[in-house]
Amino acid sequence: MNGWPLLGVAVIALGFVLRFNPVLVVVTAAVTSGLLSGMSVPDLLALLGTSFASSRILLIIVMTLPAIGLLERAGLREHARAWMDRLRGMTLARLLVGYLLGRQVLSMIGLQSVAGPAQTVRPLLAPMAEAAAERIDPALPEAERDRLRALCAATDNVGLFFGEDVFIALGAVLLIQGFYSQHGIELTPLSIALWALPTAIAASVVHGVQIALFQRHLRRRAATRQGT
Amino acid sequence: MLRVEHVHLLLALFMAYAGWRNLREREAWRGAFWLILAALFGTGGAVLDAAHAGHPLPAQLAGLAVIAVALIAPKLGHRRPAEQTTPAQRTASAACLGHRLFLPALLIPLVTVGVALGGAKLQWHGWQLFDPVQMTLTGLALACVLALFAAAAVTREAPSLGLLEGRRLLDTMGWAVLLPVLLAALGQVFTRSGVGDAIAQLTTDALPTGSAMACLLAYGLGMVLFTVIMGNAFAAFPVMTAGIGLPLLVQHYGANPATLGALGMLCGYCGTLLTPMAANFNLVPAALLELRSPYGVIRAQVVTALVLLAVNLALMALLVFRH
Repeated sequence: MNGWPLLGVAVIALGFVLRFNPVLVVVTAAVTSGLLSGMSVPDLLALLGTSFASSRILLIIVMTLPAIGLLERAGLREHARAWMDRLRGMTLARLLVGYLLGRQVLSMIGLQSVAGPAQTVRPLLAPMAEAAAERIDPALPEAERDRLRALCAATDNVGLFFGEDVFIALGAVLLIQGFYSQHGIELTPLSIALWALPTAIAASVVHGVQIALFQRHLRRRAATRQGT
Repeated sequence: MLRVEHVHLLLALFMAYAGWRNLREREAWRGAFWLILAALFGTGGAVLDAAHAGHPLPAQLAGLAVIAVALIAPKLGHRRPAEQTTPAQRTASAACLGHRLFLPALLIPLVTVGVALGGAKLQWHGWQLFDPVQMTLTGLALACVLALFAAAAVTREAPSLGLLEGRRLLDTMGWAVLLPVLLAALGQVFTRSGVGDAIAQLTTDALPTGSAMACLLAYGLGMVLFTVIMGNAFAAFPVMTAGIGLPLLVQHYGANPATLGALGMLCGYCGTLLTPMAANFNLVPAALLELRSPYGVIRAQVVTALVLLAVNLALMALLVFRH
């Protein structure tokens, strides 16, 4: 076994830790691993070119930008905030936990592309969460706003991951079934998906607690500031 | 027939537009960055065809272009294109348009799901509207185009303004938008140069085979580690399960394969929440939400991921060996 290509992994780790530009780090790692595995320079260039070409559809998120951009210009985010202000009973925690559960349920029935960072988090969830947080603390500092937006994106991810795993017709479950089937073990998709359910429930509880803790943190912060 | 190639072409045109705007604003590096990417997108299909036909030259040129893009990326900086409208204008417009603003945004998921579920039935006398290859993605692209025109109708603006605003968002995200593609390419290079096999070898060599629980822990933590390195639990699962899960846990210690597979995959998902290598989930949203640190989303996920990992390992220990 040739262990030298593993240095590519070291390049990644070091590059991210030393805060080099991630694009440069990733391409450097690819070149490192390729060359150390004994690939010739023309072969490596061709491999880079074909791998980029065959994965380029991953950039499809860019397609959403013109429509979302035009709506933002017309006040989509401002409207999401104003709407949140009218929903008096909707606290920050209720909004985010509701989004988390909705995202999980939709992913479980196969509707993963309904939401996402470009479709829902930036134009809708983040401004609504900010409006709810400003109700707790009207002078929300930038650092807290940053943490809140990150929490919105995290909520979207957790809901997607720990709902998708239970969906039987696509993705993880089929990959597991296919792997075992290649090795002579036949399983039904449902028998696999069922075992993902306890973790899906644990995910909503654990992340729900995180959200509640963040809301409490904001409330305490606002209270101590008013006290002094 | 609408094919995924049309989506690539639209993306290439949009990036070329972004590059051209940047050049006009004397942002030479940004202009070059998007123009090279536009060329890579527009020619990608031809590059793949030539490579399959045994002509490596176009692919080698594309590889050089990828390296050029990587060298330009650090020069882009954090400059953000100016907003075209003031907050007061947007608030007034929001008050006037109200919930109608949500409709075009809702069109994107509705049309996407509609095409995914019913797209194959849209045909006349053997002529299909959608190519079955990657139909969901073609549907998503169509949904975005329809949503742009719907947004133009609702806001009574020209659709071309969407390009202007879309380009503003694209430059806000900058190089981060490119990472998912580059990481997928890195994954292919890692696979081809034997990195995956080497890691699997190291993990299995270091494995204590004496106890079932130690094996189980090594499998779960191995899934996390491998996912953190490769950025994708789907890449980790076959390697770790073929190395440890199947031969040791299932065949030697009699673990239930369905339970082991499902929970093992979920250990990998906890790893996905922790790694910058999963760029489309962790770094792209950070750029899209204009966070100050590209690792802000990961930081917001660390506690959830680690607690869930502990829960998951406990569930494995309790459930996997039960029959």
